[in-house]
Amino acid sequence: MCEACPVIDWAEMMPTVRSFTARRVEAVSDDLIVWYDRYDRSQKDLVGGKNASLGEMMVAELPVPPGFALTVDAYHQIWTEELVGQVNELLRTIDHDDMVANIATSKKIREVIEAVEVPEMVVEALGVAYGALCEHCGVEDVPVAVRSSATAEDLPDASFAGQQDTFLWIRGIDDIVTKVRECWSSLFTDRAIAYRYQMGYLHEAISMSVGIQKMVDPKASGVAFTLNPTNGDKSQVAIDASWGLGEAVVSGEVTPDNYLVDKVIHEIVHRNVSTKTVEYCLTDEGIVAKQAVEPDRQTVACMTDDELKAVAILARRAEKHYGAPQDVEWAIDQHLPDGENVVMLQSRPETVWSQKPKVSKSKGGGDYMSSIVSTLVAPLHTRKAN
Amino acid sequence: MAESRFPSPFEIEGPEGVEGWEDLYPYSVPFGDGRKDYEDNRFWFWDSMHWGQALTPWDSTFMEMAIASLSQMNSRHYRIPPADGVDFRVLYGYPYLSPVGVDPDKIEARIPQFMERAGHYFMNWDSLYEGWLGKIRTTIEEVESLNFSPLPEMEDMAIITEGVALGSGYQLQRDYHRFKDLILQTWQYHFEFLNLGYAAYLDFFGFCKEAFPSIPDLAIAKMVAGVEVDLFRPNEELKVIAQKAVDEGLARAFDDPENVEGTRSALTGSAAQAHWDEVSEPWFNFTSGNGFYHFDKIWKEHPQIPYAFIRDYITKIEEGVDISRPIEAIRAERDRVISEYRDLLDTDEDREAFDGKLGLAGVVFPYVENHNFYIEHWTMSVIWRKLKELGATCAKEGLLPDAGDIVYLRRDEVDELLWDYYSNWAVNAPTAAAHHWGPIIERRKEIHAKLSDWNPPKALGEPPEVITEPFTIMLWGITSDSVSTWLGSDDESGDLEGMAASPGVAEGKARLVFNPEDVADLEDGEIMVAPITAPSWAPAFPKIRACVTDIGGMMSHAAIVCREYGVPAVTGTGFATSKITTGQLIRVDGSAGTVTIVEE
Repeated sequence: MCEACPVIDWAEMMPTVRSFTARRVEAVSDDLIVWYDRYDRSQKDLVGGKNASLGEMMVAELPVPPGFALTVDAYHQIWTEELVGQVNELLRTIDHDDMVANIATSKKIREVIEAVEVPEMVVEALGVAYGALCEHCGVEDVPVAVRSSATAEDLPDASFAGQQDTFLWIRGIDDIVTKVRECWSSLFTDRAIAYRYQMGYLHEAISMSVGIQKMVDPKASGVAFTLNPTNGDKSQVAIDASWGLGEAVVSGEVTPDNYLVDKVIHEIVHRNVSTKTVEYCLTDEGIVAKQAVEPDRQTVACMTDDELKAVAILARRAEKHYGAPQDVEWAIDQHLPDGENVVMLQSRPETVWSQKPKVSKSKGGGDYMSSIVSTLVAPLHTRKAN
Repeated sequence: MAESRFPSPFEIEGPEGVEGWEDLYPYSVPFGDGRKDYEDNRFWFWDSMHWGQALTPWDSTFMEMAIASLSQMNSRHYRIPPADGVDFRVLYGYPYLSPVGVDPDKIEARIPQFMERAGHYFMNWDSLYEGWLGKIRTTIEEVESLNFSPLPEMEDMAIITEGVALGSGYQLQRDYHRFKDLILQTWQYHFEFLNLGYAAYLDFFGFCKEAFPSIPDLAIAKMVAGVEVDLFRPNEELKVIAQKAVDEGLARAFDDPENVEGTRSALTGSAAQAHWDEVSEPWFNFTSGNGFYHFDKIWKEHPQIPYAFIRDYITKIEEGVDISRPIEAIRAERDRVISEYRDLLDTDEDREAFDGKLGLAGVVFPYVENHNFYIEHWTMSVIWRKLKELGATCAKEGLLPDAGDIVYLRRDEVDELLWDYYSNWAVNAPTAAAHHWGPIIERRKEIHAKLSDWNPPKALGEPPEVITEPFTIMLWGITSDSVSTWLGSDDESGDLEGMAASPGVAEGKARLVFNPEDVADLEDGEIMVAPITAPSWAPAFPKIRACVTDIGGMMSHAAIVCREYGVPAVTGTGFATSKITTGQLIRVDGSAGTVTIVEE
């Protein structure tokens, strides 16, 4: 047994588990599900960082696809005495110096968690909410993304402590329940275990909420920075875009089309359309697959000017909402009408330029004559050439 | 293949059969052996932005006086540290300019001089501008008061009783001398504020580019653009007249704008006509060209031009289009743009600098936008009318074959002509004028026609390594980049690059427009391709889908008006009128500054 390795504190878990058994179904639905459009900040610890950010965006009228969070209370309910015992037993075998063995141990822990029977009330709450989502979207068994959303009171970086799994294009309540279990078990990937060990965090300090969100079927998707990453210009939104789902852009498998859009007058200041050879999209079998882009679409811009402007406006709105430069993931849903088809998937603070000290660009304060002289003596474009 | 220099002015072969063309201009104006080394080692560009057509002898006056006045303000008045004047020459009828920089060793010493002199103007701008408006009105009144009527058979009794002694012949010559002086005066006033205004604008521009390296030029222009600008007033008045005509059921009166008499009589006693009478002085002293040529048509004298625009506005009104200019919305949009960029600045110190520079730009900009109406439209209209009056007198008195012939004389030759007229009126003897000038004018018309058909090169001589002269960049939009584009213009791809002068993308059929007559040929949805667009073509803008020019910076009059009317535009492409032909399908990206020929 590893002395240093914290194990799950059964006593700590128990009150939650016990309190659950007394609840009625209606009450469970209310407590276990938080719809993004009804999210408020007091619920952050119930839904985890990822869901909270989607809820925040929805509340700020940033168009994220509709969806809901299954709260950490649902996660807490799986921890029966038996499960806790099984997991603890496996955790005790961990030797933090033996990474290979730990991969196998992690796999076993995850199997144990994924085999657990999901409490009926959780299944029912999920079923009711998913049904409502399908109805809202007008689609039977609407495809959803199922995402883990770790939460940790008092820990600054719950996402790392918990790691994150995302499952795309999940249809039907049965598959959703399966993926929810996988999200829960993802708290015990070897990396997550090792990370918590290194940071000295207790395993039980981290809980897992799960997000269930309508899947966008994107014509194109990508990322947007609310500044020009090449020079830190905050008046610009830099957009990388490629065909299909965002995976291709995020993983770097394609060189995306690259645009620069002015935040204020929404001019497309720069455009560089590249050759995009692959895209991720939903196959007829209902799975996400990497596919070759047909030749005549490879060198075509994947965005219209109006769509670029809409993305820039959204990114700016996110930046205003969060009060800091943002790194936004977005997509253009091919099934939504123009004008409503741009959706945001995620918004995170931009970290490179935002951390640089702010330096005044003005020289000589209010002395406009000196400034005019230097403007005339060294015209801008000669300076730009440097 | 890209060349490293442009042809020497001495290598250029002009059109056939124009021997003696140099005599059409003052001796100091053509290139010549006397200054060959100097001229050969400079960079010259054809100012097709202002003078796209061959100059007649008298029309050369404005070019010479304008460029000399611009130069004088830079070099002798304000001591612009890096910039002296702009040298000018005429080659086969077309003006070539060459900015003269200041020796780098001498720039430093000029800085305190510039700061004191320009500083005085910036600090007292509003009162000086107020004074300027008065000076312009006085100049116009004085031009109008000049007397170019035929000399009398006998002087008035008052000349005798009041002991005047100086007679009408003396006065005619004095008034002509005064006329030339007043034109120079006008051009001095024109440049009294202009370059300082551009300098203040450039300073704000530079600051914005420093704070926001990727900010589009257009955004900066939007922040300083005036909302109620005198230059737009004539066009706004046409809309008022169109609306009144519709309201009183007189819309059909404008159906045939060419029928000036018919239109006017249909309007007798109407509110539309009353409005016309009320505003035509001064607002319809509006030229359909740029004011620099004798053949530019002035609305007051050629009502068929504004009538046609009124007819187009009436059509729009009848289609239910709101043609009014949404002043409040334009102002609100400008305020939004300003406040958003201001918020995006990093520090309070920057916001203070932004406020200061934008404030100064706001003070100077009304001049930059409005001088064009006061000088190029109003004063020039009055001056051309006066010259035509003199031409008519010369024809009537048998001095010249035709009233219009006066523009084939140089301005100094008109002095000689009037001496001939006066002295022989005094003697009561025949003049030599008709016999002397008749054949000369005949020959000059021939030469001028050939020069007009010639296609002059964009530039001549040795280009500088880097163009630093601020006004060349600002006024003419000529940068190191555009020079290298010109040098590499053998590229036959057909794509053109220029300044992103007015945003948006449009595709459509190209129509080449060289003069006001061509404007009338524009059809709905076409793309206007011109050496430069005159602001007075504004009423054509609702028709066109986009606009492309050979020459012009982001602050050229054309760019300002294109933005105002929301028409995508690319200016300063260098060769649009030679690469594009009427009827081609072209794509204009006014945001990226590119023009692509889509289909031959």
